Amino acid sequence: MAHTHTAEENKAVIAEIKKVTIILSVLTIVELILGFWMIGMQNAGLKLAIKGSIVILMMAKAFYIVAYFMHLKHELKNLIMTIVVPLALFIWFICAFLSDGNSFRNLRNTYNPYFKEQSTIKVEKKEGAHDEKAIEQK
Amino acid sequence: MSNVTTASSTEAKWWGGGKSPFNVEYGKVMMWYFLMSDAFTFGAFLISYGTVRFSTNGWPDPNEVFRSFPFAPEGVHAPLVFVSVMTFILIVSSVTMVLAVHAGKNMDKNGVVRNMIWTIIGGIAFLSCQAWEWNHLFHEGAWWGQNPFINADGTASSTNFTNFFFTITGFHGFHVFSGVVINIIMLIMTLTDKFEQRGHYLMIEKAGLYWHFVDLVWVFVFTCFYLL
Repeated sequence: MAHTHTAEENKAVIAEIKKVTIILSVLTIVELILGFWMIGMQNAGLKLAIKGSIVILMMAKAFYIVAYFMHLKHELKNLIMTIVVPLALFIWFICAFLSDGNSFRNLRNTYNPYFKEQSTIKVEKKEGAHDEKAIEQK
Repeated sequence: MSNVTTASSTEAKWWGGGKSPFNVEYGKVMMWYFLMSDAFTFGAFLISYGTVRFSTNGWPDPNEVFRSFPFAPEGVHAPLVFVSVMTFILIVSSVTMVLAVHAGKNMDKNGVVRNMIWTIIGGIAFLSCQAWEWNHLFHEGAWWGQNPFINADGTASSTNFTNFFFTITGFHGFHVFSGVVINIIMLIMTLTDKFEQRGHYLMIEKAGLYWHFVDLVWVFVFTCFYLL
């Protein structure tokens, strides 16, 4: 069962591992740069665009981990399909549930004055350690 | 890899019988199916987090919540720094795991042992980071049912934020913990020549799949909680 690689195959595998490691690190660094850039940003549209890019980078990272580290890219198409096709359900899950959450928020903002009011009242920043807070509550 | 290329070069009837349609070992297929079900569990957690976040007007700013660093002076503001360290620890331990799997394919026992030890160290380092972060947040007053952090827009927050954070990172941390335990068992089996006797290191590959999955989940958890 064990299939030992030749020296050349070895080199190719190691080169691939190095390549994927560099790609993953670079993607993570770009994500972090975008994250730092977003700190304190007021422009909502730009913020949304950055968040979208971060999600795309996240999917790219996931692809590289699954395809190369988990070796799925080098498996037979049959196996790839049994794993990837069911995961396509997530597309539906994400669309359905996030839009449901969004519509629930709109409904509450329209019909629940208390909910709406709560989101306009500014509060003081809560201070204090865990134990003190517990005492305060009593 | 060579058997894959020969198998797919001809127009084969994969389901006609007499062939292995997936051409991988049984245990590995089952590991893949387990990971798929686990992906749905994590997916359900993260999607419910997203749904609740979308249904709420305000949400705490992660850069305000996760701003500390071990041994840093009190009141330091270093958002994203500590979590990037954790992310890189997990990526590096994933790389050493690939190297262990590769060494296993070459029946290189010393390579497997060396890389498994690095992977285990990486896993323990990640868990220590997470333990520090949980402890720190707890002392700031955050826990299940308690949220000391106000929303980014200055309004009062609910406990949804901490509930989801501790549940999801806790569930992921538990996966890391079991991954470390599995890796330690694999290391012991390697050291006692179990795989040499079997003539293959397929168990290392299965443990590797699990470990990469843990890294994969962290990619999503990290993005959803710390970046977005």
